[in-house]
Amino acid sequence: MKPTDINDPEYFHKVVDCQHACPAHTPVPEYIRLIAEEKYTEAYMINWDSNVFPGVLGRTCDRPCEPACRRGRIDEEPVAICRLKRVAADNKGDVKKHMPQGPFPSNGKKVALIGAGPASLTVARDLATIGYELHLYDEHKLGGGFMRSQIPAFRLPETVLNEEVNFILDLGIHTHFNTYVSSLKEILSKDYDAVFVGTGAPQGRDLPDLIGRKEGAANIHIGINWLGSVAFEHTKHIGKKVIVLGGGNTAMDCCRTARRLGGEQVKVVVRSPFKEMKASPWEKEDAAHEDIPIIDNHVPKSFVVENGVLVGMTFEIVKAVYDANGKRQLIAEGGPDVFIEANDVLIAVGQENSFPWIERDLGVEFDKWGMPVVDPVTYASTNNKVFFGGDSSFGPKNVITAVAQGHQGAISIDLFCMNKDLNVRPSPYVNLVSQKMGIHEWAFDSAVVDDDRYIVPQADKKLTLLNRKKEVELGFDHITGYKEAERCLNCDVQTVFTTDKCIECDACVDVCPVACITFTENAEENDLRSMLKVPATNLSQSLYVSSELPTKRVMIKDENVCLHCGLCAERCPTAAWDMTKFFYNVTKAEKKACH
Amino acid sequence: MSYTRPKFRHPELIKNKLGYTVDYYEGALSTLCAGCGHDSISAGIIQACYELSIEPHRLAKLSGIGCSSKSPAYVLSNSHGFNSVHGRMPSVATGANLANKDLIYLGVSGDGDTASIGMGQFVHVIRRNLNMLYIVMNNGCYGLTKGQDSATADQGSKNKTGNINLFEAIDLASLSLELGATFVAQSFSGDKTQLVPLIKAGLKHPGFAFINVISPCVTFNNNVGSTKSYDFVREHIAATSTIDFVPEMTEITAKYDEGTTKKVKMHDGSFISLNKLSQDWDPLDRLSAVTAIHNARAKNEILTGLLYVNPDCNDLHQMLRTCDKPLNTLLKSDLCPGASMLNEINADLR
Repeated sequence: MKPTDINDPEYFHKVVDCQHACPAHTPVPEYIRLIAEEKYTEAYMINWDSNVFPGVLGRTCDRPCEPACRRGRIDEEPVAICRLKRVAADNKGDVKKHMPQGPFPSNGKKVALIGAGPASLTVARDLATIGYELHLYDEHKLGGGFMRSQIPAFRLPETVLNEEVNFILDLGIHTHFNTYVSSLKEILSKDYDAVFVGTGAPQGRDLPDLIGRKEGAANIHIGINWLGSVAFEHTKHIGKKVIVLGGGNTAMDCCRTARRLGGEQVKVVVRSPFKEMKASPWEKEDAAHEDIPIIDNHVPKSFVVENGVLVGMTFEIVKAVYDANGKRQLIAEGGPDVFIEANDVLIAVGQENSFPWIERDLGVEFDKWGMPVVDPVTYASTNNKVFFGGDSSFGPKNVITAVAQGHQGAISIDLFCMNKDLNVRPSPYVNLVSQKMGIHEWAFDSAVVDDDRYIVPQADKKLTLLNRKKEVELGFDHITGYKEAERCLNCDVQTVFTTDKCIECDACVDVCPVACITFTENAEENDLRSMLKVPATNLSQSLYVSSELPTKRVMIKDENVCLHCGLCAERCPTAAWDMTKFFYNVTKAEKKACH
Repeated sequence: MSYTRPKFRHPELIKNKLGYTVDYYEGALSTLCAGCGHDSISAGIIQACYELSIEPHRLAKLSGIGCSSKSPAYVLSNSHGFNSVHGRMPSVATGANLANKDLIYLGVSGDGDTASIGMGQFVHVIRRNLNMLYIVMNNGCYGLTKGQDSATADQGSKNKTGNINLFEAIDLASLSLELGATFVAQSFSGDKTQLVPLIKAGLKHPGFAFINVISPCVTFNNNVGSTKSYDFVREHIAATSTIDFVPEMTEITAKYDEGTTKKVKMHDGSFISLNKLSQDWDPLDRLSAVTAIHNARAKNEILTGLLYVNPDCNDLHQMLRTCDKPLNTLLKSDLCPGASMLNEINADLR
């Protein structure tokens, strides 16, 4: 193998598994260390710069960082990254004074943002501070998009959402709320220099062909519409017996909301096996905690309506069968159909994009599935003035993905308005600083604690089920937050190897608790992986390869389960190993990024 | 200050025959200087014991005084240990072995502990062919007292302060061959591929096994001009052969040319496989070993590998014809069988 090029920031970025997995590449270990130091405001600002909604995401994020967390590969559970973010948000001081202060000198450019969800709000934040005049359109009376209409208040209190939406609106955004944009042509005819579409995936899927769907319509609701109606307080009650169809996170929000609006026997019924449901495991746990059974392998067959009133549904029982390629088929078990009683049914079987308001003769191309043709790097559509981001660009994902796409959209809009090439993306901000302070002293907590993951305390179920707005999770207190933060392995503190200094004494090999380091003759990657002290079977993790040493061998480090404990550097007599903090931050359109 | 070893280990460590992963053979975290050769030898001991599936409670580690003699604390936390008086480890080992011959005895010593203060004990434990593995971590200096030249420092070797050593070195390998040691080897802390099989073979040898391991002192004797520095040893190393320790019933996969390979069968059915033998050298021929060491010295080379082995030797217990049971398990009724037994014996002698 060739020596690893550590001058390429992407090499060390990949070692920071959590940050690499985060769509917005939030510098996770950096803010976790700040939380441990009780520097909540600073921790919040690192987040705010990167993911714009730390308070919201600290409660609701899909957490792609946690399955990626290195700790999950050596311990039973990863670091509770998401809930630590909330600790920063809950305990922050006056963050506003750290945010860019308007008024910002105008650059004479005007941009329209359609839909006031996380993608558009991110674009607004990034562009406002560099002088853009931004016009934000939304059909609802408040900003936030699906963060407001779909995430129930018992998971995300309105105060938290309002605060973070207002941080952005206060930058001088021109809001056009209660305004449904019904024509892109009309928007384009105004004097906007660019238009950003962040309208989400607003259409909930229905089961229109199921028997009884029309007859029972009064008590059959589309999940996301119903959640929105609850959020805006148009709907305040539901029947005692409720069936929720679907196995995603929306289904979990629907069933738990139903429990708070009068549903006493709420059941989730899902076609797939329990294990394969799309809902996050912790959301399934929360539903179970609220006495909501999840009935799997049941395919809906009909709505049963008696005397014009919905009384329940029938289901066919299936089992999942997998072919050689692992493709799943649901095969009927052949038994009699099952009847489940219900006064109301909530359909949460997916959601789709919908662009009835975009005329098809504007140069914005759509593919055969009705999705706009969008560049996955620049988020530009085929009309050079129109950009897409969030769920409206590549279908329903999540808040953090929408934010990441918003950042890139903002960069593209800025490049476009300045007549620059959209494909020349700004480099990330990168910094490497040695952490050595003396013998046995590092500028980070190098000791690896054994603690198991801490559980976030919840409010008493008796209280939370009575009030839709009562937040269920209480968040970590300072001390638990500190303890959980200490579980972080500091993967951003990189083990940097300097070949010229190495005397090949093997001290690092001998001391490494997880047998990461091997000195051996060089070979091709596949052979090397099997030649190591412990074979490197996790192919998603890189091998760090040095240049050739005096004995014609090379140093190979398998990054997979490195604890970043610093013992290799500690036991190195010549400081050929150093623990070096790597800071990587995605550059935003607003160049004065806070870090 | 955060000098602690995390408890986590690689999740894919392989278990040995006893069901232990290698970390079960670890000791406390070393407090020797960073980069000390002794730590590599410790790691070699851990690896060898793990690979041999030694039950830790069946092994006793013994040492005297010095940097080397601290190192048993850094291996085999689950084994017996005795950190004795300076240079007196052989006496303690002899006593322990006589009392309980069922244990495996691992003595760890240094050049000072063996070649200076302990020389009187060292030579006698060789003569007695005590069943033990005696490892010398040889760095040619007194590291614990700021690096003065030791008795194994080569004549002409320069120490860190710039002084040239005037005196002839004691060559521990030659000495032990001369005194009739039945297993003599030499190695380098920076070469675990050679060291680990040697330790394994030494632990399995049924008599006194001696391994002299050159182990650079990074703090006081790793300078230019020293003959015990990492660089000097690497540049001047020569090997009698490559070595593999092959447990019983293991198929040999590596193939070597006829005439350059030799297998030495051990008592328990395992064997030492030696490949790429150097010319005019036979591991079973003591004279060829002595010659090989002298030839290497004339060429300014450090000869490593197995130098000599006599797998069919008689150890101290066999020479003394002690009983089969370990002496410490004999009960009063065994030692003093009573008047009727005395009468029987007396009757036999009438």
